[in-house]
Amino acid sequence: MDKQEYKEYVEGRMKKSPILKNCFHAFLMGGAICTLGQAFLELYMVLGVERATASTLASITLIFLAILLTGLGVFDNIARLAGAGTIVPITGFANSVASSALDTKSEGYVLGVGAKIFTIAGPVILFGTMSGVLYGVIYYLVTALGG
Amino acid sequence: MWLLNYLWAFLIGGAICVIAQILIDKTKLTPARILVSYVCVGVLLTAIGVYGPIVEFAGAGATVPLTGFGYAIANGVKTAVDQQGLFGALTGGLTATSGGITAALCFGFIASLIFSSKPKK
Repeated sequence: MDKQEYKEYVEGRMKKSPILKNCFHAFLMGGAICTLGQAFLELYMVLGVERATASTLASITLIFLAILLTGLGVFDNIARLAGAGTIVPITGFANSVASSALDTKSEGYVLGVGAKIFTIAGPVILFGTMSGVLYGVIYYLVTALGG
Repeated sequence: MWLLNYLWAFLIGGAICVIAQILIDKTKLTPARILVSYVCVGVLLTAIGVYGPIVEFAGAGATVPLTGFGYAIANGVKTAVDQQGLFGALTGGLTATSGGITAALCFGFIASLIFSSKPKK
């Protein structure tokens, strides 16, 4: 197989990149995680927790489960198959925190775990906060001027 | 009726994940960039009044994906600005998301005390 043939072979394989299969897996796993979240939400509401708090508690329960599965080494195996289905729900955020913490344990607890725990969570919190402040300022101006 | 809640949570949650999967497969966006974009898009969609109604009928299907994190930030900011004026823009976002962030940090740290990372295959 010469260079040209190899290039064609690789491009042929890339065209068949299983995007439909990936999307199907992401849909099933993402949907399943949200359904589980819905189950916790309704459970906490049945127990008499107010809706907004129950919603946060449901997310925290999923965070706990995702971090437990990360610690046990199971999460990565699920994530490899489900792709965005496990990354986009809050479970992906939790997994990024726990796996960064586990991977950098050997670098010490302060500059290892303490700093690297924010590798993915940091950007998410930073840009989320920035968008929130921007929205707050605009909302304040609009209500102050319009109201 | 309660079964419908689960169906919408599944469909909307799944659909939000499929959009991210298409972005991962079709563009060069890394998962980290997609997470950041999702939070910002969540803030934007909440600000223009689109995301609130989705949360109303999809429940956890809309709050569990990271766009829901953006929804919590935007909602928190709006409530805080209503109560405290411009100062609320600085406090609302992190106050509303503090439960999730603190839980992730605490559980993540405890996990690093108990477990060791498995060798990558």
